[in-house]
Amino acid sequence: MKTAAGVVIVAVLLFPLYWMVNASLQPSGALLRPDPAFFPVGGTLDGYRKALATQGPNLVSSVVVALGTVLVSLVVAAPASYALAQLKVRGGPVLVFVLLIVQMIPGIVMANALYTVFSNLGLIDNYLGLVLADSTATIPFAVLLLRAFMISVPKELTEASRVDGAGYWRTFFSIILPVSRNALVTAGLFAFLFAWADFLFAVTLTTGQSFEPITVGIYRFVGNQSADWNGIMATAVLAAIPAAVLLVVAQRYVVAGLTSGAVKD
Amino acid sequence: MTLAAPVLPVPRRTGRRPRCGTRFAAWAFLLPAVAYVVVFFGYPLAANVVMSTQDYTVKSFYTGEAPFVGLANYAAVLTDPLFSTAALNTVLFTAGSLVFQFVIGLALAVFFTGRFLGSALLRSLLLLPWLLPLVVSGAVWRWMFDQDHGVLNAALRLAGLGAVPWLSSTGWALPAVILTNIWIGIPFNLVILHGGLRAIPASLHEAAALDGAGAWQRFRYVTWPLLRPVSGIVLMLGLVYTIKVFDVIMVVTGGGPANATQTLTTWSYRLSFQDFTFGRGAAVGNVLILVATGFGLLYLRSAKATLAEAAT
Repeated sequence: MKTAAGVVIVAVLLFPLYWMVNASLQPSGALLRPDPAFFPVGGTLDGYRKALATQGPNLVSSVVVALGTVLVSLVVAAPASYALAQLKVRGGPVLVFVLLIVQMIPGIVMANALYTVFSNLGLIDNYLGLVLADSTATIPFAVLLLRAFMISVPKELTEASRVDGAGYWRTFFSIILPVSRNALVTAGLFAFLFAWADFLFAVTLTTGQSFEPITVGIYRFVGNQSADWNGIMATAVLAAIPAAVLLVVAQRYVVAGLTSGAVKD
Repeated sequence: MTLAAPVLPVPRRTGRRPRCGTRFAAWAFLLPAVAYVVVFFGYPLAANVVMSTQDYTVKSFYTGEAPFVGLANYAAVLTDPLFSTAALNTVLFTAGSLVFQFVIGLALAVFFTGRFLGSALLRSLLLLPWLLPLVVSGAVWRWMFDQDHGVLNAALRLAGLGAVPWLSSTGWALPAVILTNIWIGIPFNLVILHGGLRAIPASLHEAAALDGAGAWQRFRYVTWPLLRPVSGIVLMLGLVYTIKVFDVIMVVTGGGPANATQTLTTWSYRLSFQDFTFGRGAAVGNVLILVATGFGLLYLRSAKATLAEAAT
């Protein structure tokens, strides 16, 4: 009984997603009929052909930016988290507080500020520039998440390795990183999802001259007055795939990252 | 999607002073992060403050000249009739989104606390809207809002009601983007509140039931008070994130029609990146920072209080 009600609730809330898939499979002409077709009977893959032809390079650009952001975020965040969690460091609590606060800064302010700095450094329309900009959101998150995890790593473990003569780097690489695997996956996953979905930095820090992330591609596609909804929805489906895949294969990491912010568990 | 800040108590210092080697090593590990914060937060934000006191335009990028104008940008922005429009829209957008996200999220969380066949699977499916790129969600809703071919108006016609000019009327555009944002925010509220509900011991409910409390009374006098700290955190985080929503509004309405959905965030974007008056865009941005970090500090305080409560 409750299951039936639950299915109805999920069906209502996920209807927009069904509607996206539905439109992605119907020829543009069919979408402009007064009565919408609720099932893509006699559907077409034209939308996906158009999507791949026009937005394919943009999808690749977004993958590059997202993977770059994962790399930069983890390389910067993991050592810092280790120091904050395991080594007593003067000023550590101040850094944690700063990282908490900078997360509250609206992205548009960061975009405005970074634009002028980047245009002086030649980082506009630059993969590295966009990766570094996306990292303003993912690095604070990753440091706080990893630090919270690394605090719980028993000191006996790291001290034992120190007694055995391992230096700080050895301890970091052979003890801390392996035991923090789950937290690293969560932090990397969220960095990927953020950078993949980022629109604000993408639209302000790229002009489309050398490359265009997929979110900007969709935005410009929607803005076209000719509004080819079949092609737009097919592109939207393609852009939604990483999120859907990650929800299926890495659900526990997703939930771990989502709840890390609000509930102490 | 949004990234949420984990809040955990700062580890207590012990009396023992770290050895010199430890301190050096610790700083070596911290160095990349500290350098990143200084270069990508400290410097740009300081530059932003300076820029807000300059007549910074496209020309400034080429000539490097931006005359100092004091607080003229702030004065221009605050007296602009668009400021009150954008501020009001921001308040309506934020309040409308938060209230409905919270109420619907809480109702769903309560619904999903009882374990039943497939409850975990259904709950995880509901996460999907939150994980999608906001641009994707915005595009889908824009298509559904389409006046002539959208499914919402088709449903209204089917029900014998007239079509609604969702995105072309100044009265309907704001409710339309709020509706979109509510849909996006429900999963976040659901997951966090669900976690909060599960942390309430079942024995309390059983005891209240034994004392003759009905379902509503159990919710009102057991669940609600015990859920308050988590509710506070969800609303505070939601507030900080909703104030700065950009993608959804840009894709669904672009701030229009006739600025009907212009918020402080989209207006700041327009001033800087469409009108190329970077100084004014920076001024609006700095106003936004004050509002967002103000509420952010409130959030941190309430989160700390919650943790302290949980510790006792």
